[in-house]
Amino acid sequence: MLTYLDHAATTPMRPEAIEAMMPYLDGVYANPSGSHRFARQARQAIDEARDTVAEALGCKAGEVIFTSGGTEGDNSAVLGAVRKRGGVAVCSAAEHHAVLHCVEHLHGRVVHVNTLGSIDLDSLSTTLAAANNEDPIAVVSVMAVNNEVGTITPLTEVAKVVRKLAPNALLHTDAVQAACWFDLREVSKLVDVMTLSAHKFGGPKGMGIMMTHLGHELEPLILGGGQERDRRSGTHNVAGIIASATALRITDVTRQAEVERISKLRDRLVDDVCAAIPNVLETVPRENRVAGIAHLCIKGCESEAILYLLDEADVCASAASACASGAMEPSHVLQAMGVDKEWSMGALRFSLGHTTTDLDIDRAIEALSESVHKLRR
Amino acid sequence: MKVLVAMSGGVDSSVAAAELKASGHEVVGVTMRLWGGESDTGCCSVSDVDDARRVAQQLGIDHLVFNFSEDFNTHVVNPYIDAHVAGFTPNPCIECNRHLKFDRLSERARLLGFDAIATGHHARIERDDNSTLRIARAHDEAKDQSYVVHMLDQVELGYTMFPVGHLTKTQVRQRAEELGLRTAAKPDSQDVCFISRTGGREAFLGKRIPFRSAQVVHEDGTLVGEIDALELVTVGQRKGLGLPGGGPKQYVVDVDTPNARVIIGDESRLMCAGFAVNNVAWSDLGDSSRLSKFNDVMVQSSAHGQASPATIEFVGESNDSVRVNWLSSQRRIAPGQSVVFYDATNRYVIGGGIAAN
Repeated sequence: MLTYLDHAATTPMRPEAIEAMMPYLDGVYANPSGSHRFARQARQAIDEARDTVAEALGCKAGEVIFTSGGTEGDNSAVLGAVRKRGGVAVCSAAEHHAVLHCVEHLHGRVVHVNTLGSIDLDSLSTTLAAANNEDPIAVVSVMAVNNEVGTITPLTEVAKVVRKLAPNALLHTDAVQAACWFDLREVSKLVDVMTLSAHKFGGPKGMGIMMTHLGHELEPLILGGGQERDRRSGTHNVAGIIASATALRITDVTRQAEVERISKLRDRLVDDVCAAIPNVLETVPRENRVAGIAHLCIKGCESEAILYLLDEADVCASAASACASGAMEPSHVLQAMGVDKEWSMGALRFSLGHTTTDLDIDRAIEALSESVHKLRR
Repeated sequence: MKVLVAMSGGVDSSVAAAELKASGHEVVGVTMRLWGGESDTGCCSVSDVDDARRVAQQLGIDHLVFNFSEDFNTHVVNPYIDAHVAGFTPNPCIECNRHLKFDRLSERARLLGFDAIATGHHARIERDDNSTLRIARAHDEAKDQSYVVHMLDQVELGYTMFPVGHLTKTQVRQRAEELGLRTAAKPDSQDVCFISRTGGREAFLGKRIPFRSAQVVHEDGTLVGEIDALELVTVGQRKGLGLPGGGPKQYVVDVDTPNARVIIGDESRLMCAGFAVNNVAWSDLGDSSRLSKFNDVMVQSSAHGQASPATIEFVGESNDSVRVNWLSSQRRIAPGQSVVFYDATNRYVIGGGIAAN
């Protein structure tokens, strides 16, 4: 039996989402942009899905754009803002590469993070205050929750700084890792643009949702048939959209109970691991972290070796992000947080989700204890 | 046995994995990510990882990728640069074998509970009458790679397998084809993975170190020219010195790094009776005490060069410095090159080291 603790990489699809999408794979196959009754049937399903999403995000239906995923959303926000408005892109050093690489590509500014991995507000203020009329800030992109270590960004504070010092800049948040843990209505009201990825909350891969408040238009990344009000061309992924909306609705209504349930599992996992294995660092304190992520640094072990032994014991976990070859890359997040190399080389992320059970936690604790024992011999 | 096979994405390591699987071993493939910079030589690239992974899938074995790029920089790339600055001509592929494949990887494999590691090198490991493990030249003499794995000692030899050493290259390709492996017709990699074909050594080093200009001086003391990059000159080199044509062919016979001078002379001046070898690693630590047995040795100083007869004498107290005395004089070996000692039959590796200045 597989112990799956890599939900931050992808979480299993919600059965309700699979059920909801099936009729649009083998029945209502029409292109929703068509002009016949069959097309209108597909169109209606998308419109309803958009309403469902808008409800869960606390925004207007016209502010919801369906995309191909989190990376497209992040790229659209950063590149789209700069192309539309000119000026400089700003982000934190611990952003996902989907944001970070765009900002670097545009020669934008990367702001320090503190030891928690959250953007340093003083550095952000300095960066924004230093901008002038010739080089105005076009967009500030700050993730709601860090994908590696699970740190929660105090977005209210970030928004205050941005609104005060760069009132004309767009504020974007990559909320990909927030969907399961936060009421997105609270997030969406703080920002202008928000990015989600469906497979992180029980929807299918290859589907994303972007919320762009009206009046904060971006230059579209993909041109073509003018779908999504000219904001994102390409034939609609009808089944994917239906499944994503369904998954988001279920995530929204079960969130409170799930956060409570999963926090307890996560705390037990970390407590028991720290009790069983000496020299383990809980990378970020619990009060600064979402319920689903247990990020640990294990001294005297290497991530690749730990992951191999866990895999052998049928436990799926992860470390940092992988490069194109599939090799583990040293974590830019831990580096930005200033974690010592002797700790960061043994980084390990267990991420929990809607299918995680007590048994998974038991097995992970046992497998990790055995693996570390082997590696430290 | 549980064997971790290093899969580069080439045909030899593909077939090595297949052979092990066929003989009933529990096999896991691993590709090491070593060089993180630009590359166009088709070695260690993402497409090679794709090939290795696809072959592993076809064989029904697990495939892993280990990121050893930091170790590679520390033990291979940086020493390669430093060696050029110091006037040596290093062999980075041998250092990669020494420090990455047969040290870092085998250490990782031991930690993870593997019984052995395997590679696709064309060489054989045999046990002699004294139960000593010996690296023997490959069945396919033209493809023999015993030279590049010469540094393995008894401990590493006992933990290493070369499953294609008994096959010819043609047989290897045939096996791959029979199994429908996508690497069956893939050309052999020839180049250093971190040196691009387009820019070569010059572009690689030029980005990392300042080149020193140098005088080209004839042995008799006559100044004959000037070159831009002392670091790119190798003993034995004939071209690229900007010398006028005509007259007898002139070779680099010495590189005087401290004084930034390149000494040239005709071919006869390139010949020498012997030379010193440092950092010697012996296949069997007993070899140094039993050396009389190997006093008639064959010495090879390049990956595909011929071995020539010589004797070895120890220099000083330690057993890692020796002097090689050729039976008949040979061309000078560029300092920094790996030098490998074979027994008198020219079949078994005894040890090897690095040519001194």
